[in-house]
Amino acid sequence: MARAGGNAVGIRRRERKILLKGLLFTSPWIIGFLIFQLYPIVTSFYYSLTEYNLFKAPKWVGLDNYKALFQDEKFYKSMYNTLYITIVGVVPHMAYALAMALLLNAKVKGQSIYRTIYFLPTLVPAVAGSLLWMWLLNSQYGLINMALEAIGIAGPNWLIDPDWTKPSLVLMGFWGTGTITVMYLAALQDVPKMFYEAAEIDGASKWRQFWTITFPSISPMTLFQLIMMLISSFQYFTEGMVFAEATQSMGGPENSLLFYSIYLYQQAFSFLNMGYASAMAWMLFLVVMAFALVIFKTSARWVYYGGDK
Amino acid sequence: MAEQSISADRLATKTFKKKRTGRSIAKSLSKHLILCVAGVFFLGPFAYLLLTSVKSIDDIFAVPFVWWPERFYWENYSNAVHAIPFLRYTLNTLFVSLLSVLGELIAAPLTAYGLARIPFKGRNALFMIMMGTIMLPAQSTMVPLYVLYNKLDMVNSYWPLILPAYFGAAYYIFLLRQFFMGIPHEITESAKIDGASEFRIYSQMILPLSIPALFTVGLLVFLNSWKDYQLPLIYLNDPNKWTLSVGLKAFIGEYNVEWGMLMAAAALFAIPIIILYFFVQKVFIQGITMTGSK
Repeated sequence: MARAGGNAVGIRRRERKILLKGLLFTSPWIIGFLIFQLYPIVTSFYYSLTEYNLFKAPKWVGLDNYKALFQDEKFYKSMYNTLYITIVGVVPHMAYALAMALLLNAKVKGQSIYRTIYFLPTLVPAVAGSLLWMWLLNSQYGLINMALEAIGIAGPNWLIDPDWTKPSLVLMGFWGTGTITVMYLAALQDVPKMFYEAAEIDGASKWRQFWTITFPSISPMTLFQLIMMLISSFQYFTEGMVFAEATQSMGGPENSLLFYSIYLYQQAFSFLNMGYASAMAWMLFLVVMAFALVIFKTSARWVYYGGDK
Repeated sequence: MAEQSISADRLATKTFKKKRTGRSIAKSLSKHLILCVAGVFFLGPFAYLLLTSVKSIDDIFAVPFVWWPERFYWENYSNAVHAIPFLRYTLNTLFVSLLSVLGELIAAPLTAYGLARIPFKGRNALFMIMMGTIMLPAQSTMVPLYVLYNKLDMVNSYWPLILPAYFGAAYYIFLLRQFFMGIPHEITESAKIDGASEFRIYSQMILPLSIPALFTVGLLVFLNSWKDYQLPLIYLNDPNKWTLSVGLKAFIGEYNVEWGMLMAAAALFAIPIIILYFFVQKVFIQGITMTGSK
């Protein structure tokens, strides 16, 4: 009896030692999480209920910021712009990256050269890349409109016409899809070859093979990419700021480039409306969570994990 | 016929080379054609960037269009370097990037090791919380952090850009955790029996085995820090402290018709990264695909 009791104490002591070790090793992130994430997100909610300009102490205003938000045209405009770039941008960019990965995966000669070429644009800093595209999209002297003219199409005034500013950004986005291609390519190379061999014996067409073998096999990667792209798309900032330089304004022509993050930045750091900006931050947080939730909920229907999960 | 071309395609590397029919050659040609067109789409803008950067204003706005300038106008580069304090911004950017890399490489592997190889209670919960924070938009913590740095008198310094790296970022920790989990336990088992401390096992066995992974994470941190625009924009007010992203953006509004000079500046900003990439490409692609399979 005494021995068994001693054992239990020993086990508990060992467990505690392991716990201590674990916490010690993970302490950098835990401390960082408390300072850089948990504290700010809680405080941000408090600020969102106040009027605060950095210089005077926050003044409690209840839900006033949120009420003002729902009457603010620019709030809707910036949310619309952001949803536009998310919905119109993300899926075509992913489909394009996947198509490129499929082509590359089919054992073409020079695969690694193509891969390098596709990946190269993702290395270009966003400010430099956007600047380059501003030049390509220049309505008079840009390469794109010159090419369009050569085939008899009058190109639009990409960066000046409010209807074309966001399509310009989506177009530029295709240029930066190299990372997704590389990651899709890795996922494709993990699909067991025997699946295809079996399908070929059964006489399944390539199209059918894609939907019954390839797409389900790489669906975890699709989910991962979708979530990551969604998050970065909701924070769309730099490219919009640079493109707006074409009209020398923040927000671009008719605020067609006023993305949510840009408007939030403007409220917080140009107008010092910290309370209002915090309310905006919370709305963004909720919208992102809602989107992520919907994707995760529906993912059960289209994401397949291999046998080990 | 269809079957033959498929097999020729798939087994070309084996013994079926002789069987390459006209149709399969046409197929592979059309594949290359699509890949090349895509290649032009990816590479063309670059080439145009470089070409414009050596054109004089007259050539740039010439009608009819001038493809190849008669004389390379290198002055764009010297003008760009003088118009903005390019060297200063480069050094500032390097300073921020390198210190961020250092911080991340201290903090992220430690945390990743704890999550991958110490089976403590609550480890899974901690991991789930960490993965959840990846979905947290930076905007939702931006204002309170600014207020905090402002109180600590750190606005207009590099602290806000560097400090967070010293606590590890979830994404990099996740990458390293995946890598550490793949290292067989047998390797560390005997050291454990000999009574080596956990930190010793970490620093003398696991870290040396993980150099490719550490390298990839370091490079990703460097890239992201080098490119970053929003944080430096928020925190650096003094133009002398600006990084390349902020400096170049300010430059655009000021010189918005001098495309040659702007393109030269963009080239100078992008080229160091591209050169760096060519040196480390192999390890980097390996590392980036590391995230992919799981």
